[in-house]
Amino acid sequence: MNQQMNTSEPLNVRTMADYQSKGEVPEILFWVGCSGSFDDRSKKITKAIVRILNHVGMKFAVLGMEETCTGDPAKRAGNEFLFQMQAMNAITVMNAYSVKKIVTGCPHCFNTIKNEYPALGGDYEVIHHTQLVQQLLDSGKLKVTGGAFKGKKITFHDPCYLGRGNDVYEAPREIIQKLDAELAEMKRSRSKGFCCGAGGAQMFKDAEKGNKEVNIERSEEALALNPEIIATGCPFCMTMMTDGVKHFNKEQQTKVMDIAELIAQANEL
Amino acid sequence: MGIQNILFIAVLLGAAGLFTVNIRKVRRNILLGNDLNRNDKTGERWRTMCMVALGQSKMLTRPIPAILHLFVYVGFVLINIEVVEMLVDGSFGTHRFLSFLGPFYNFLISFFEVLAFLVTIGCIIFLIRRNIIRLKRFISKDLDGWPRTDANIILCTEILLMTALFLMNAADQTLQARGISHYLKAGTFPISSHLVPLLSGISEAGLIGLERTCWWFHMIGILFFLNYLVVSKHFHILLAFPNVFYSNLDPKGQFTNLASVTTEVKAMLDPSFVPPPTDPAKPHRFGAKDVSDLNWKQLLDAYTCTECGRCTSSCPANQTGKLLSPRKIMMDTRDRLTEYGKNIDQNGTFKDDGKSLSGDYISAEELWACTSCNACVQECPVNIDPLSIIIDLRRYLVMEQSAAPTGLNLMFTNIENNGAPWQFSPADRLNWANEN
Repeated sequence: MNQQMNTSEPLNVRTMADYQSKGEVPEILFWVGCSGSFDDRSKKITKAIVRILNHVGMKFAVLGMEETCTGDPAKRAGNEFLFQMQAMNAITVMNAYSVKKIVTGCPHCFNTIKNEYPALGGDYEVIHHTQLVQQLLDSGKLKVTGGAFKGKKITFHDPCYLGRGNDVYEAPREIIQKLDAELAEMKRSRSKGFCCGAGGAQMFKDAEKGNKEVNIERSEEALALNPEIIATGCPFCMTMMTDGVKHFNKEQQTKVMDIAELIAQANEL
Repeated sequence: MGIQNILFIAVLLGAAGLFTVNIRKVRRNILLGNDLNRNDKTGERWRTMCMVALGQSKMLTRPIPAILHLFVYVGFVLINIEVVEMLVDGSFGTHRFLSFLGPFYNFLISFFEVLAFLVTIGCIIFLIRRNIIRLKRFISKDLDGWPRTDANIILCTEILLMTALFLMNAADQTLQARGISHYLKAGTFPISSHLVPLLSGISEAGLIGLERTCWWFHMIGILFFLNYLVVSKHFHILLAFPNVFYSNLDPKGQFTNLASVTTEVKAMLDPSFVPPPTDPAKPHRFGAKDVSDLNWKQLLDAYTCTECGRCTSSCPANQTGKLLSPRKIMMDTRDRLTEYGKNIDQNGTFKDDGKSLSGDYISAEELWACTSCNACVQECPVNIDPLSIIIDLRRYLVMEQSAAPTGLNLMFTNIENNGAPWQFSPADRLNWANEN
């Protein structure tokens, strides 16, 4: 992309502890997630989400150093002990802050907190960042300005834990369409979407023996559309698809971007 | 009532008795599974059953097999109305006892003939798809041996049953035309009427013999089929309905929280926590080693699977050449459950045979190939959930055997020590906020 994000303005990020010490209550907790906190590429997605929240003037907080892994990869790998330890610790922290509403930057955190925490004592309203962006666009608080993506061909790769896992298919697509971009669908999309290969804790282990890597299969399918952008909504899909695009030496023609980055860039945030 | 009727009633009672015995064994086997409450949300359950099982809504994503399957399915359900008539005729010596319905009866019979014709066409095309076109999901090694034979037996039996029905009707209408007393004028026969010219040279006794043979063939065939279901993938024609009724209605991404683990974790975090009493009769195990560690719905899933392979053909691991096949997970679960049940039949209670679902049937390599993407669950036309079995088997490997792959053990250690799956310091978690 020619357009660079306006990074001169510092990010306005406050922690839950900070809000509490000033006797204030944020509107929403932004659960960043481990990838969004530590992975260099994913941190850009995190910052794009923060710029959007700053832009619309939403009072949000992060847990900062009090945030830990939700336990998702441990649970998918079969380590239920570790998962529940993580979950109960996270729930203790969030309940102590009387958290009501959470937005996550990762479909895995989204799924885990939304679906698996309630039975362990953590009941919150949880949305994924693509849903928040859609709500902001629908309510008019956020407008898409500038035609940075006008007419560009964008394909959307459905993250499994957003799509099939929780039936969120339309929010990211409606956002892409609001950018006046050309939404090109892969044959395997929505409920038929093909995994990037990272889920089920595969991200953290070597792939089992096979004749192809899952992310290569999926990237090949996306690249067959010759898109300018492969959009997604998951930091793990981001890693897998970026690697896949590199594998085919297409990183000059095709960028892999998160929905939040599209919106932030379109608005020159 | 003649000797034929007495014979028929005996055959009918024998087949029904055998079926009852076998169904009770299947029920016992399913109930070997752990408890699970699926009696909530009955309204939503009925709606789901109407849509997915009765209405076949999930078949529609693949239109060609959907239409062919619809022929066979509708044919199977409606032709059974005619079977009711045949049961009564066979038991009481009547002939086409519903013919008093007059024109409506004629409509019914012609309607059934058209359906039977569509069933035949459907089954022939299904045979071609399996054996001549050899679609990928039907030639995979999952189906080597008995499963492939099973599929062909089912299709051939259905074709034979329909052929017998047509021949019987052709003989019947020839006898009707010749004014033979027992064969009263009833029914219109849009399909079998084309077979009538072939029978013109046959004597009255020959025709009666043909009609009776076909009638007996059809009835014994159906009763054979009923009992065959229990040992066949074709069981889905009955089990699809309860299986969809008891579907998981939670979001697919949501995995169960193991209650036994919750107890342990609570006790660890809070020394004053008093754990609830456990059932000493049921051995306490984290995850599933064998079929008896699964829940009853997972075992019902296994009996319901008709091995269509939609799950496997959408599985990202399988499609990239890995060993995992969700269909094989279901077939293995059923095979082991059948073996487990036979063990109980022989020994009264289950006697350790040194085997288990984990390891002897499903290898660790298969389990570790899963990306938990839920494509298999999404694809299944009867809402089977192979993923939940995969996860329960993984839980056993990790929590009871400490047999996770190296990369995952490292990830666990990182989460325990740093609160993140990678080796980063928790103190650096907010560094991004100050970076440009």
